[in-house]
Amino acid sequence: MSEDFQKPIRRLVRILATFFTLSILLAGGLIYFQNNPEKLSFQKEPAEELIDISEGYYDKIENGIHVETGFVADEGMEQVIQNCTNCHSARLVTQNRMSQEGWEATIRWMQETQNLWDLGPNEEIITTYLAKNYGPIAKGRRQNLENIEWYTLK
Amino acid sequence: MKRRDFSKNLSWAGIAGLIGVPAVFSRKMADGYVPLALQDPDPFSLFDKDPEMTVLNDRPWNMEAKAHLLNDSITPNKYMFVRNNGKVPQNVHIENWTLTIDGESAKTKKTYTLQQLKSRFKQYTYQLTLECGGNGRSEFDPPAKGNQWTVGAVSCAKWTGVRLRDVLNDVGIEDSAVYIGYHSADTHLSGDPNKEPISRGVPIKKALQNETLLAFQMNGNDIPLVHGYPLRLVCGGWPASTSGKWVNRLSIRDKVHDGPKMGGSSYRVPCETIAPGTKVDDQNMCIIESMPVKSLITFPKTGAIVPLGKKLSINGHAWAGELEVTKMEYSIDFGSTWTPCKLNPPVNRLAWQQFEAEVAFPKKGYYEVWGRATDSKGKSQPMVLPGWNPKGYLNNACHRIAIKVV
Repeated sequence: MSEDFQKPIRRLVRILATFFTLSILLAGGLIYFQNNPEKLSFQKEPAEELIDISEGYYDKIENGIHVETGFVADEGMEQVIQNCTNCHSARLVTQNRMSQEGWEATIRWMQETQNLWDLGPNEEIITTYLAKNYGPIAKGRRQNLENIEWYTLK
Repeated sequence: MKRRDFSKNLSWAGIAGLIGVPAVFSRKMADGYVPLALQDPDPFSLFDKDPEMTVLNDRPWNMEAKAHLLNDSITPNKYMFVRNNGKVPQNVHIENWTLTIDGESAKTKKTYTLQQLKSRFKQYTYQLTLECGGNGRSEFDPPAKGNQWTVGAVSCAKWTGVRLRDVLNDVGIEDSAVYIGYHSADTHLSGDPNKEPISRGVPIKKALQNETLLAFQMNGNDIPLVHGYPLRLVCGGWPASTSGKWVNRLSIRDKVHDGPKMGGSSYRVPCETIAPGTKVDDQNMCIIESMPVKSLITFPKTGAIVPLGKKLSINGHAWAGELEVTKMEYSIDFGSTWTPCKLNPPVNRLAWQQFEAEVAFPKKGYYEVWGRATDSKGKSQPMVLPGWNPKGYLNNACHRIAIKVV
């Protein structure tokens, strides 16, 4: 009788002990990953891939391109950054191609509808820079397919 | 993915660090990664987009797919293009969200909570093609101003919501009604709280179509924030800018809606065709309505090398705005000859249609597979750029992929 009673009790104690141990391990693991979230990442991310950008990054120029904005480094770039990247990003500028007249018309449209301020003497510096570095390129009625990445189709 | 590194420190910040909040998360960044803009969060993790998507602009956010990413018949969020005119709204609280219907031609002014919209009106689900009016802009010559979309500003997701017609009828529409205009919770790039970034709409006839929805779900889940959570107007087959996101007010107008991006050269093309580069006066510009017939070869990805003697399976989608596509063909000889593809009907009106074909190549060499769709009125896609217009809209020229047979 007492044997029959003790057996399930012993089993229950064993189950409870196992459960308790697992809970402690799980909680410990959670706390560890909470404090070290990077350990959850399976990708190896070598520290030497990181560069410090706190000093000198904002005016760094590489291969004639201003690294932070992607603008072509040329006379007038500073005025463009100061006046043309407050509301929208530089990418809205650098993906477009217009003549000086076209850039002027765009500035007028932004002044009339988008709260752009009077650019004063900077306007000509800006449109000259833009027309020189972001002027139209003739594309014709249909271009060749370019930058094709060839691969073997399986 | 390098850009993933940049986002590593942002995951905990999550939505809190959303658009327009230039929070400095980290002073370190991965070498070789060209920053989209310093201190801006990573859009791929933020919007749950595939890293192969192309970011055209980071302020405001604009992103497009590539042809091969759009292979699913129902576009998942990760491949859906993002087009924004302003800043994505922050702090959307659905319990406080309301939709007000007003305007000169509304019989009364009514405000609904989201819960009222969901419970009072019958819900419908449709797969609806949404294409940016400027999809394909990058090809125009002289270049057209704006985000330089290539082919990937199109999607066809499954939208669930209530019919706009049912809600408008509940308010009451005067006979004088001409147009509806939406108003949204997004904010202007300049930070001016009195300016709306965009407020467009559609003629009352389009507003009353069965498929014009006030949607609260996309592909069976809440609409993702960047696509209009919690409420989006969806007008399939028309320029996607008519499908207003984050909608909180709709006006029944007795004239053509006159919100921002309804006038000038925005979403308008010359009423009469013009020579490329011609200046057009505002009064000679007409609003774009239905999008034109178009198709996309989504498999295989361009650049496939295939062995001679083996047939190449191609497939993709075709759509035609308000109309249906009745014929789909391909050419491997630059349009000298065309061969029909197998074309499926749409799952519902205004959904894109799937096509497929088995392509045989006669000998080794460089080929381009061109696709051409024809709509129910007999109009086909042009092989060259269609009519030039100042903002580069409606480029429905044939899509093509490069193939090498070896």
